[in-house]
Amino acid sequence: MELFWYIVLMTMLAVYLILDGYDFGAGIIHLFMAKTEAQKKAITNAIGPFWDANEVWLIAAGGVLFFAFPTLYASSFSGFYLPLIMILWLLIFRAIGLELRGQVHNKMWEIIWDKAFGIASLLLALFFGVALGNVVRGVNLGNVVNGVSTQEAHYFFLPLWNPTFSPQAEELGIIDWFTLLLGIVGVVALTIHGANWIIFKTNSDLNEKLKRTVFNLNFVLLGLVIISLLVWHFIEPNPFANFIDYPWLWVFPLITLTGLFGLFKIRSFKNDGKGFVFSSLFLFGGLTSTVSSIFPKVLPSTNFVNPSLTLYNVAADEYGLSVGLSWFIVALFLVIVYMIIQYRVFKGKMDDVGYGDH
Amino acid sequence: MEDMLFYDRMQFAFTITFHYLFPQLTMGLSLIIVYFKGKYLVTKVEKYNDAAKFWMKIFALNFAMGVVTGIPMEFQFGTNWAKFSELTGGIIGQTLAMEGMFSFFLESSFLGLFLFGEKLLGHKLHFVTGFLVFLGSWASGFLIIATHSWMQHPVGYEILENGKFVLNNFSALFSNPWLVPSYLHNQLASVITASFVVAGIGAFYLLNKKHSEFGKLFVKTGVVFGLISSVLVAFPTGDWTAKNVVKYQPVTFAAMEGIFETEEGGSEIVLIGQPNMLEKKLDNKVAVPNILSFLTYQKFDAEIKGLNEFDEKDYPTNVPGLYYAYHIMVGLGTIFIGLMFIANIQLYRKKLYKTKWVLWSLLFLLPFPYIANTTGWYTSELGRQPWLVYNLLRTADGASPTVSAGNTLFTLLGFIGLYLLLGLLFLMLVGKIINKGPQFVKH
Ligand code: HDD
Ligand code: HEM
Ligand code: HEM
Repeated sequence: MELFWYIVLMTMLAVYLILDGYDFGAGIIHLFMAKTEAQKKAITNAIGPFWDANEVWLIAAGGVLFFAFPTLYASSFSGFYLPLIMILWLLIFRAIGLELRGQVHNKMWEIIWDKAFGIASLLLALFFGVALGNVVRGVNLGNVVNGVSTQEAHYFFLPLWNPTFSPQAEELGIIDWFTLLLGIVGVVALTIHGANWIIFKTNSDLNEKLKRTVFNLNFVLLGLVIISLLVWHFIEPNPFANFIDYPWLWVFPLITLTGLFGLFKIRSFKNDGKGFVFSSLFLFGGLTSTVSSIFPKVLPSTNFVNPSLTLYNVAADEYGLSVGLSWFIVALFLVIVYMIIQYRVFKGKMDDVGYGDH
Repeated sequence: MEDMLFYDRMQFAFTITFHYLFPQLTMGLSLIIVYFKGKYLVTKVEKYNDAAKFWMKIFALNFAMGVVTGIPMEFQFGTNWAKFSELTGGIIGQTLAMEGMFSFFLESSFLGLFLFGEKLLGHKLHFVTGFLVFLGSWASGFLIIATHSWMQHPVGYEILENGKFVLNNFSALFSNPWLVPSYLHNQLASVITASFVVAGIGAFYLLNKKHSEFGKLFVKTGVVFGLISSVLVAFPTGDWTAKNVVKYQPVTFAAMEGIFETEEGGSEIVLIGQPNMLEKKLDNKVAVPNILSFLTYQKFDAEIKGLNEFDEKDYPTNVPGLYYAYHIMVGLGTIFIGLMFIANIQLYRKKLYKTKWVLWSLLFLLPFPYIANTTGWYTSELGRQPWLVYNLLRTADGASPTVSAGNTLFTLLGFIGLYLLLGLLFLMLVGKIINKGPQFVKH
C-alpha cells in the first residue's frame, strides 16, 4: 500500500512538473525574448486558461503527501521552512503578475507585472531544481551536532546557505554548488519546455526564433546533464546501485535520453506539438530517474546517527491508506474527464482567446 | 519556546483570516451568478446575462486572490504545525487531500472555461460550467469544514502508543454531529456576504444615478437573497451550532456567553457587558433573565453551567476575546435580519429604490458581513483553545519543533507586507470594475 501511494505521489509530481513547468518556461521566455506586445499576448494566451488548473496538481500532490506520508510532510516542510515560504511568495507574484497585468492600460503598470511574472517564473524554476538537489543530497536528520541528535530523529532545519556552499559540509545549507547546479538544469530544461508549449499553442512570430533557441539550449542541457552525473559521484559514491539491482529501472534514464535527443530534431518537426512531447519525456524521465536512484529512501540522512526517511517509515497507517484508495480512484477519474474537456475546448492554437482583456 | 508558538499562531491567524475574506464571497457569489445566468436562460432578457458577466469579473479577481492566499494555508500545516501534521495527518490529511482532488480540480478546470468559453460553448453549456464552479467551491467548503469539525469534535480515531492518531472509521468523519450544522451555517453566512455585496453595489449605483437599471436589479436580488440567508443563519443553523457547543464544549459556551456563575432557576442572556477576568464577573451588564436557558434548552429554568464549575486551566485561553467575537457575530446577525426585513417590505411596497436611507444603509453595511464571518471563525478558534484537537492535543504540542521564532517572525512580516499589497491592489481593481459598471460588458 505504501508503494502504491508512493507511485501515485511521484506521478502527480511528474504531472505537475510537466504542466506547471511549461508555465514557468513560458514566463522565462516572456522575460527574455518577448519584445512586442503581440508576442507577450501570444504567450499569456497560451497559458492563461491553464495555469490555475496546473497549479492544483501541486496542491493535490501536497494533499496526498500530507495524508499518505504525514511524517515526511511534517519533517520536510518544517525543515525546508524558508525556501518553501519563499516559493509561496513567488507563486503569488507569478499569479498576480499574470492576472493583474491586463486590468489597467498603463505602460508602467504593464512593465511591473511583466517583470513580476517573468522573474518569479525564473526563480521558481531554479528553486524547484534546487529542491530536487536537496532531496538527493540528503539532510542532517535530527540536527546532529558532534554525533548527538539535538532533535527528534526525523526532524531537521536547514538555513538557506552555509558560507562554504559545499554539499559535504558538516552544516548543510539549502543552496550549495551541487543543488545550484541542479537548479540551473531546472531553468534550462523548463525554458526549453515552455518554448515548446508556445510553439505548440500559438502562431506567434516568435516561433521560428524559439525553435532555434530550443535547439541551442539543448546542447547546454546535454552538457549540464553530463556534468551533474559526474559530480553526483562526489555526493553519492554508488549512485547506480538501484539500477544494478533492478535493471528495469533503466527505462527511466532511457526516457530522459529519448526526450533529450528527440529535441535535436526540432527544426524538422512538421507537427508543432512534437517538441512538447519530447521535452515532457525529458522532464518525466529526469524526475523518475532521480527518485528511483535513491529509492526506497525519500529523504536520505547525511549523518550516521539517524536513519534515512524511507517510504515505509513515514507512511500513514494501513486502514487510512486503503480507504483513501476508494475515493482517490473516483476523484482521479473525474480529474481526467475534466482535463479532457478543458483541453478539447481550448484545443489548437490559442492566439485569440483574449486572456486578460478587460 | 513561548515566542515560537506565539509567532506560529499569529502567522496562522493572519493568513487564514486574510484567506477567508475571499472564499466567503466566492461561495456566495457563485450562487448568485448561477441564478443570473439561469434567469437569462429562462427569460432570454439580455439584462440578466450582462449582470452575470459583470459579477463574473469581480468573481474572477476574487477567486484569484482566494487561490493565491489558499496555497499558503495548505503549506502551513507542514511548515508551522509539523507536530500536529505528523500526529493527525492520517486523519485530517484524508479530508484535505479529498478537497484538492474533488473540489480544487473541479473549480479550477471549469473556471477557465466559464471565464473564457462563453463564445465557444454557447449559453447552455456556459451555464453548466458556472454551475460546476459553484459546486466545486461549495464542495471545498464542505471538506474544509469536515476537517475543522474533526478538530472541534474528534471522531473515528484511535491513539497509538507513540501518540499518533490513526483513523479507524472513515465514514465517521462525515457523520460527525458537528459537521452539518456548522457547514450549513457557514455557507449561509457566505451567501449573506455575497448578498450584501450585490445589494450594496446596487445601492451605490442608484444613489449615484448611474447604471440605474442594473442598480435596481442588484438591490432587488441582493435583498431577497439577503433576507433568506440572514434569517436562516440565525435560525435554525446558528442555534444548532450553539447547541453543539453546549453539548460538546460546555466551558467554551460559558465563556462565549459570558456566564461566570451557574444560576439556579435559569440563566440570563447577556446583551452588553465587559468580561472582567480579575474579579471573574461581567462589568456594566445589560441582560434579560432566563432567555438563555430557554434558547438553549427550550426551558426557562434549565441550568447552564458557568465558568465557576470548571478548572481554570481548562478555560479558553482568551475569554474576553471569545466573548466579544461571539457577541459581535450575533449582534451583527440581528442587525442584518432587521435591515433586510425592512428592505423587503419596501421592495414589496415598490418603494425600495426611492427610500434613500435604506439604500445608504445597504451601502454602509457592505463590509459588515465580512466582520461577522471573521468574528464567527474567531469564536470557533478561540473557543477551541488551548486545544488543537479538542481535549486531546494541545496547541503548544502541535507546533514545528525546529523552526525558530526569528524565522517565523521573518515570514510573518513578509506575509503582512505582501498581503497588504494584495489587498490594496484588489480594492483598486474592484473599484475600477465597479466604476466602469455593467453596461460596459456589451461589446
Ligand atoms: C455573516 C456571518 C454570520 C452571522 C450573521 C452569524 N454567524 Fe455564527 N458563524 C459564522 C458566521 C456568522 C461563521 C464564520 O460561518 C462560523 C465560524 C465557523 C463556522 O462553521 O461558522 C460561525 C460560527 C458560529 C458558532 C461557533 C461554532 C463553533 O464553535 O464552531 C456559533 C455558536 C454560532 N456561529 C452561532 C451564531 C448565532 C446564534 C447567530 C445569530 C445571529 C450567528 N452565529 C450569526
Ligand atoms: C477549516 C479550516 C481551519 C482549520 C483546519 C484551522 C486550524 C487552525 C490551526 C491549526 C490553528 C493554530 C493553532 C492556534 O493557535 O489556534 C488555528 C488558529 C487560528 N485560526 Fe483556524 N483553522 C481553520 C479555519 C479558520 C478560519 C476560516 C479562520 C478565520 C477567519 C481561523 C482563525 C484562526 C485564528 C484567529 C487562530 C488563532 C487562534 C489563537 O491564536 O488563539 N481559522 N486554526
Ligand atoms: C486552514 C484551512 C484552509 C486551507 C488549507 C485552504 C486551502 C485552500 C487552497 C489551497 C485554495 C486554492 C485552491 C485552488 O487553487 O483552486 C483555497 C481556495 C478556497 N478555499 Fe481555502 N483553505 C482553508 C480555509 C478555508 C475555509 C475555512 C473555507 C470555507 C469554508 C475555504 C474555502 C475555499 C474556497 C471556496 C476556495 C476556492 C475559491 C477561492 O479561491 O476563493 N477555505 N483554499
